[in-house]
Amino acid sequence: MGWPDDVRTPYALIDAWLRDTPPDQLALKRREAEVLFRRIGITFAVYTEGGDAERLIPFDLIPRVLAQAEWRNLRRGLEQRARALNAFMHDVYHDREIIRAGRVPERLVLHNSQFRPEMCGLDLPGQMYAHICGIDMVRTGPNDYYVLEDNCRTPSGVSYMLENREVMLRLFPDLFRRNTVAPVAHYPDELLATLRSLAPPNCPGEPTIVLLTPGIHNSAYYEHAFLADEMGIDLVEGADLVVSKDVCYQRTTKGLERVDVIYRRVDDDYLDPLVFRPDSMLGVPGLHFANRAGNLTITNAVGTGIADDKAVYIHVPEMVRFYLGEEPLLKNVPTHDCSKPDELAYVLDRLDELVVKAVHGSGGYGMLVGPHASRDELAAFRQQLVQRPHDYIAQPTLSLSTVPTFVDDGIAPRHVDLRPFVLCGADQVRVVPGGLTRVALKEGSLVVNSSQGGGTKDTWILED
Amino acid sequence: MLARTAESLFWLARYMERADYVARLLQVAGHMSAVRVDSDRRSEWESAIIASGGSLPYFAKHATVDEATVIDFLAFDRDNPSSIANCIDTARRNARTVRTALTTSMWDAVQGAWQELPRFRDAPKNADLLNDFLEWVRVRVDLFHGVCSNSMLRRDSFYFLRTGQFLERADNVARLLDVKYHVRLPQVSDVGGVIDYYQWLAILRVVGARRAYRVLYKGRVEPAQVAELLITRSVFPRSLAFCYQQITHHLDAIEDQDPVRVAEAKRCAHSLYADLRYASVDRIIDTGLHEFLTDVIERTEALGTQIAVGHLF
Repeated sequence: MGWPDDVRTPYALIDAWLRDTPPDQLALKRREAEVLFRRIGITFAVYTEGGDAERLIPFDLIPRVLAQAEWRNLRRGLEQRARALNAFMHDVYHDREIIRAGRVPERLVLHNSQFRPEMCGLDLPGQMYAHICGIDMVRTGPNDYYVLEDNCRTPSGVSYMLENREVMLRLFPDLFRRNTVAPVAHYPDELLATLRSLAPPNCPGEPTIVLLTPGIHNSAYYEHAFLADEMGIDLVEGADLVVSKDVCYQRTTKGLERVDVIYRRVDDDYLDPLVFRPDSMLGVPGLHFANRAGNLTITNAVGTGIADDKAVYIHVPEMVRFYLGEEPLLKNVPTHDCSKPDELAYVLDRLDELVVKAVHGSGGYGMLVGPHASRDELAAFRQQLVQRPHDYIAQPTLSLSTVPTFVDDGIAPRHVDLRPFVLCGADQVRVVPGGLTRVALKEGSLVVNSSQGGGTKDTWILED
Repeated sequence: MLARTAESLFWLARYMERADYVARLLQVAGHMSAVRVDSDRRSEWESAIIASGGSLPYFAKHATVDEATVIDFLAFDRDNPSSIANCIDTARRNARTVRTALTTSMWDAVQGAWQELPRFRDAPKNADLLNDFLEWVRVRVDLFHGVCSNSMLRRDSFYFLRTGQFLERADNVARLLDVKYHVRLPQVSDVGGVIDYYQWLAILRVVGARRAYRVLYKGRVEPAQVAELLITRSVFPRSLAFCYQQITHHLDAIEDQDPVRVAEAKRCAHSLYADLRYASVDRIIDTGLHEFLTDVIERTEALGTQIAVGHLF
């Protein structure tokens, strides 16, 4: 029930497993999974509900499966894309050749709220900016993947990739014996190796690395604690750090200890009150100057937001050609730039067929799904588009692939996306085989965001 | 280690220990008011409030003392920072901020307690539920301290945790002894004279020392011997002497400190430990048990401050 008879090859084993397993046993496992997640405390905070309400992200038992060949292509595409994005950021904060060559409009970069003039002329280790990228993709057909978004700032979700696997291994050890699933558990080692490779020029020896969190009220706090724990590094808050004479230190019970690399999960705006928002209590005064002085590496670098803007997204394939001299392996969703009058006219004409997104929006907010929108919503969006066309882009609704998903009345197809994590060190680019699969639990829904009621699945890359 | 981590571990252990103590107080108050048909039952509940250190918030909110109000105040009231529910909440908040410093089983112990709490807090209240709850708290806290022993590396994080636990316990025991003295024996000369057997028995019950008392002293419960057991007998794990033995031991074990900065904390701890260990109970009673306990409470508080100063909390 629920999916076509011609099961895709990678799913053959899952199919057999589901047919062999009595439904009540699956229901039992589903409850067990929930208990596990609650006990581990993998929650995200829901800001809208007041206080620090903690909610579980629904977990689906049925893994999402990719064949090795499929993954190999994806992986090459991801590495290529991450290199191009980093080259773009280096260029934007240095010579701006891509602008001078007329390939990316100047206005898009220099008038972008995510552009940080403070970063101009600063040389970063390995010329890397977005050290951890979460690139969101959807599949629309055999070997047809489209990139939806390049998350270059502080992408989250990797703890779900790891915990989902842990829970699956505990619940269904047999399933793993019957399949050769590529492991993901070494992600924290790869992340640590990446961070280590990014030691700043003036680092006196083996770099001291810390993870900077906004604190327990942040929605991704669990992930921050988890990653720090897995890497064996300190999880610090702004108040634990101090900058003196352009060197960053952490306050320990023994006094001040030098810090060389910060994996920060605090947004640019809040990172350094001397440079960005002066009212920020989350950041550390002087952090930016320690960075500029070559005494500290901040990952991801300040100003990476310039590359994951939805209007800049349009130009990523061009970046691949410009910087790498290669043809892009991953496709962009055809995107209309509403700031161009002819494209705006086209979009307004077909509003009920398109997905319109705010350029700076995230988390599924500020978007319009044309085919699902009411007449009033369409009218309201039309008005906003006319008033502030620069703030929007529009894309066709893709015919996304679905995967079997365990829902209340059995197993049914649901839309998914995939966020693999690409690690860009000064030495090499690393990609762990897998990623976070988010699933839209509502029937027919295309929105997979956890803040919009989406769930997650374990993601399997089968080895040959 | 990060100073903030040390501070959170210290308070995590203090709040777990405090939850256990308040549960013990409530258990004994309930027990005493049930067995003593002849007594003024109110005083059992009133002394529970005083012994918990919650007089101020309690009387700010309630004019009278009665069983149901006191139970709710000490067990669940969100306005009472030392209610058991708030202790568990606060302990869990501290645990979350230092999750990376905890072992998995420590996290499980705290998170498990916090998750089960609503089962009691939100259920209709009755005597059976209360008994289940208090028993549950004690088992949960024992579990927590047990997994700390069995899973943590013997490094600074462990020493800070234990220092917090025993500092809290010392404070609780001193207050417990003092409040009974204060409530029941307003004059020094009353000690050994008109004493209330049940009151001293109740103290033993709160700290789980009835059997220990019998083993060490054999006979009938005498106040001077109860005081001796709880002040100087370092073989008993809830005596002040034992607490301070642990505090000095764990404080000294904290690695490689600036000797000048931590000197004051160590001086506070060791001098009080010496005073407790070599104390003569007869002399304490002659010069004033209340005065002695007040001194212990004040010095314990000062020690807490000095630990924070010395380790840069």
